[in-house]
Amino acid sequence: MPRSIVLFGLLLACCLPAFAAPDGAKLYSRNCAGCHGEKGDGGIGIPLSLPSFHAQVDDDYLKQTVLRGRPGRVMPSFSYLSDAEVDAIVRHMRSWYKGKVPVYPFTPIKGDAKRGEQLFEKHCAGCHGPTGEGGHGTGVTFSRPRDFPIMPPALHNPGYLSSAKDAMIKATLVNGRVGTPMAAFGKRGVKDKDLNDIVAHLRNFEKKPLPSSAKLIETGEAIIVMESPYDLKTTIENVKKAVSSNNFVFIREQPLNAGLVAEGREDPKQHIVYFCNFSLLNQALATDPRVGLFLPCRITVVEQGGKVTMMAANPKRLSRIFNNSELNEMCDQVTKMYIAVMEEAAL
Amino acid sequence: MKLAHAFALTLALWFNSAIADELLMVRSSQNFEDAMTTLQATIAEHGYKVTRVQRVDVGLEAKGYKTDRYRIVFYGKPGEIEALAAKYPKLIPYLPLAVAIFAEEGNTILTTARPALLKQFYPEPELKPIFDRWEKDLVGIMDEVREAK
Ligand code: HEC
Ligand code: HEC
Repeated sequence: MPRSIVLFGLLLACCLPAFAAPDGAKLYSRNCAGCHGEKGDGGIGIPLSLPSFHAQVDDDYLKQTVLRGRPGRVMPSFSYLSDAEVDAIVRHMRSWYKGKVPVYPFTPIKGDAKRGEQLFEKHCAGCHGPTGEGGHGTGVTFSRPRDFPIMPPALHNPGYLSSAKDAMIKATLVNGRVGTPMAAFGKRGVKDKDLNDIVAHLRNFEKKPLPSSAKLIETGEAIIVMESPYDLKTTIENVKKAVSSNNFVFIREQPLNAGLVAEGREDPKQHIVYFCNFSLLNQALATDPRVGLFLPCRITVVEQGGKVTMMAANPKRLSRIFNNSELNEMCDQVTKMYIAVMEEAAL
Repeated sequence: MKLAHAFALTLALWFNSAIADELLMVRSSQNFEDAMTTLQATIAEHGYKVTRVQRVDVGLEAKGYKTDRYRIVFYGKPGEIEALAAKYPKLIPYLPLAVAIFAEEGNTILTTARPALLKQFYPEPELKPIFDRWEKDLVGIMDEVREAK
């Protein structure tokens, strides 16, 4: 057989499957490593590479967690990825683990939820919160101080509860997660019946109202717009004045296309005023450093068809982008401050 | 004074949780300075222009707050941003495009809003090809920064 044909056959054999299946390592790196680390060693969110974690969770849990995310708790939903892509990511995570992967039955565990609630208060609430809402800070603190090396995740969260089977939850309580603050309660002498009662209590969360940690601000309004009765120049000056009287510091102003066109050729009719409240900024970055993306605060003054308007991105809508319920209050506050500035400027 | 209607945009997709395609966040194994250089070079390679680098860390430190290095890189395509702003003023608050870049111990983290977000806010069909191109370029830029050693 001519060598070239053999070679061609070899090439086909080795490369075709690689083309057919999505690249799990690349997908993981692109979508997950920012938070969970390149090798799953954690950072933000929980580590994904620990053997005790892999020995405890089934593939379906990993897959559903990726698809559903954890509403309000930073972990996004990747529902836009294809089934094959999610499977590839799961396979990539499993490549960090050499042991046996468990499979769990769907059978619910029966227990006394009322008793479970008391046991939860005693053993668990200190870390996971009295209503299972999870630790504060969500772990997104980067190089800033944090309360725990690993954030206790929210248990009263639809993303978790809809992805975990009862038997898997119980296995977590029996064995804990070695290498994290999550203890092996089964091995610490908590009785089997007690563990069943706790599982029943966790399952019962699904019948209760969502804790605030799983809620995001509901708004479809992408921007805040207000008309100004003044001309462009006066409105810009008014915004700058209103900024200072509303606890902000004026930073700078520029035409929208400054830096894009040659100096002197900018469009003066789209003018950005940047301002900041440093104490709020510091607090926001400590809660979630990603919010810097929409900072510094800004109001753009636009003249079009003889009408002058002030516009800003609606901070309330931003809480949803970051899927971080701890930003809700701040986003709400900053929205009110934006409106106050605009109202004063238009007065 | 009247608060003019904040554009009530009903979103076709209304999920309980944030969908990850609104935000892209990647980790670069490079330190902050190197990642910053890579980012700016990559933005230029894709035909965009960096319009400004906002030094958030410098501002915070001047006010007495402690922080690691944190910058925001604004960029856009000359001609494109103005044309869009003139035709679709609702887009203005989200222009120019931006990437937040900050140090995370020896690594660097980069975050950016995906154009898919704008697509939800502004469903005009004629904007779709523009958002799609931004999306493709952006994912390319972030992939290159992420993979740079
Ligand atoms: C923006 C940050 C972020 C990104 C990106 C992210 N995660 Fe998460 N992830 C988290 C956080 C935070 C939690 C914990 C939620 C909590 O505290 O309630 C988590 C939890 C998880 C869990 C549950 C772990 C456990 O112990 O049961 C899995 C599995 C997971 N993430 C996988 C992934 C995968 C796979 C990707 C990429 C497709 C990804 N995550 C992307 C932040 C993130
Ligand atoms: C000392 C703090 C602490 C205590 C007390 C604690 N946990 Fe945890 N728990 C954690 C941490 C941290 C994790 C994340 C572990 C990881 O990174 O894999 C966790 C993980 C879990 C998980 C897995 C959730 C997920 O998203 O993967 C469950 C279920 C859980 N804990 C239930 C409980 C219950 C029930 C109790 C009480 C019997 C309890 N925990 C007590 C800190 C704690």
